Amino acid sequence: MRLTALAASLLLASSVHAADTVKVGFLSTLSGPGAGLGVDIRDGFQLAMKQLNGKLGNLPAEVLIADDQQKPDVAKQEAEKFLKKDKVDFMTGIVFSNIMLAVGPQAFDAKTYYISANAGPSQYAGEQCNPFFFNVAWQNDNLHEAMGKYVQDKGFNNVVVVTPNYPGGKDAVSGFKRYYKGKSEEIYTKLGQLDYAAELAQIRAIKPDALFFFLPGGMGINFVKQFVAAGLSRDIQLFAPGFSADEDVIKAVGAPMLGMFNSSHWAHDFNNPENKRFVADFEKEYGRLPSLYASQGYDAAMLINAAVRDVKGNLSDKAALQKALEAKKFKSVRGDFKFNSNHYPVQNYVLRVIGNDAQGRVTNKTMGTIFTNHADAYVSQCKMK
Amino acid sequence: MTQLFLEQALNGLQFGLMLFLLAAGLTLVFGIMDMINLAHGSLYMVGAYLAATVAAVSGSFIVGVLAAVIGTAIIGALLEVTVLRRLYVRDHLSQVLATFALIMIANESVRLIWGDQAVMLNPPDALSGPLEIAGFSYPAFRLLIIGVGVAVALLLYLVVTRTKVGMWVRAGASNREMAEAMGINVKQLFTLVFAAGAGLCALAGAMLGPLLAVQVGMGESILILAFVVIVIGGIGSIRGALVGSLLVGIVDTMGRALLPWVLREFLPGPVAANLGPALAAISIYLLMAAILFWRPAGLFPARG
Repeated sequence: MRLTALAASLLLASSVHAADTVKVGFLSTLSGPGAGLGVDIRDGFQLAMKQLNGKLGNLPAEVLIADDQQKPDVAKQEAEKFLKKDKVDFMTGIVFSNIMLAVGPQAFDAKTYYISANAGPSQYAGEQCNPFFFNVAWQNDNLHEAMGKYVQDKGFNNVVVVTPNYPGGKDAVSGFKRYYKGKSEEIYTKLGQLDYAAELAQIRAIKPDALFFFLPGGMGINFVKQFVAAGLSRDIQLFAPGFSADEDVIKAVGAPMLGMFNSSHWAHDFNNPENKRFVADFEKEYGRLPSLYASQGYDAAMLINAAVRDVKGNLSDKAALQKALEAKKFKSVRGDFKFNSNHYPVQNYVLRVIGNDAQGRVTNKTMGTIFTNHADAYVSQCKMK
Repeated sequence: MTQLFLEQALNGLQFGLMLFLLAAGLTLVFGIMDMINLAHGSLYMVGAYLAATVAAVSGSFIVGVLAAVIGTAIIGALLEVTVLRRLYVRDHLSQVLATFALIMIANESVRLIWGDQAVMLNPPDALSGPLEIAGFSYPAFRLLIIGVGVAVALLLYLVVTRTKVGMWVRAGASNREMAEAMGINVKQLFTLVFAAGAGLCALAGAMLGPLLAVQVGMGESILILAFVVIVIGGIGSIRGALVGSLLVGIVDTMGRALLPWVLREFLPGPVAANLGPALAAISIYLLMAAILFWRPAGLFPARG
């Protein structure tokens, strides 16, 4: 009898639970060399939670945080725990695409919506697109495409491309060359390489008029420092996607980055009320300027908030929830964007240049728009069910 | 073409000399104390962070470097006295486990103090650009690194071969029990050697900081190279560490610089494009394997 009562109360508890709170599993890289990115996404997400008074769609929310240590196997274990034990309603946070591809199938099998605040692998944009996957940031190629377009439009036609010898690097080259049609020489480096002296000597010998590099995290910091020290910045214009030229890299390199062009879908000087509030609150809360990663974490929380609100907290109706996510009834800090049929954004991409702001800080300044309502190259391969 | 070749040779030399600063301390600790210290890279990281902080506060790069060397040597000595001393008698597995734990403690401590993102450490303005001599240009700061590396190598050579302490160190490396029996205070010697090794690590960290990202985990990526160096050079030998470092530095640099272009001459484009970087990335490990095949104890084994 007591056992039945206990079972009944447990049952009651769990059904009440599902209707009463929203659980988000936030899995990201929070330790190791890639941690700066994950921490920014987390801080952006948590800032949104604070502004929303700890609620998502008017329901009390619980954000569970786990560290994937940038290892796919660790990520899979943590995701398993979120999905099976904690029974989260949403997952988000993953930085790196190889980890995303490892964790994705688990979330999809559990019919749990994954809101990517960074990783945008081509697989999930194309043939392997999935109704349970949404990307609120960009498809991986997009920022490279934007830079390729700009370099092409500016009439450069002797470009060296530097990137690590791994799938993300190859994608960067194909994204860049999708829009840049001039002469180019590719230099592939080792992933995690420290010293770029050998490559810089080659670049000096090639004498290009522009250089495009995609070296995530610490590799980019090393490269820019050594590029400037070699005196190459005087003759060669430096271009990079936004991830190699945001606050995390600027903080480590400083003034040598002045004058570097980069592409992004967001900048902290975007002039819309949502962004102004986000940037001001972020600076107040954490004492630093937000990076594009932080803006993506913030938007992920805002997207979940809007969707839960629009289904009135009924999270068990997956079809309605998907419609609400697709409808995206919130104002993003990047301005307007909409989801394509593959659940990746169709949005504008801008050119930024690193300069001194009014307070004398070295930071990004928006220069102009490169792409308007730009979609990714893989959407035609996506047959969304 | 001469510019390219000369520049690459200097690059190899510079990279090798930096590795030497790390490998010298590591090989002495390994050779004399028979202790595998995986946390050697953490001392390098601590040195770089100390240099960055002090340089930012004082506004002087040199003050930053000095503070880093002294501060890290003190930390090294404290570490030896409190923790590592207890590990000498244990087997290598316990040492690996314990010093691996030290890596994690060091990384988390640095993260607590300095945060997750890389910190800034730039070269002094006078050395931030390239130096140009008769149309040949080379980064001034890298030249400074070469100078510091050569000076330290000379100094170490003199200390090890010409002084009493150096004699103790050599005696300890070739036969520890005998050295103890001859009345050398091995306890003190160990603390001294460890502190000196830590100081050299910090010097490497501070000098490489303006070229590399000063961030959590920076020690692990370079530690592997330092181990390759001491395995090639022969464990416990300073001379081996120097030769090994230069070999690794030059092979790595030349591999990256030349292999992709050489392969392109012989192989079809896509094959060469894939094979070149991959081969260049493993060139130093091929070198290590080849040397171990013919000289299993390394080039200049200290014991024997």
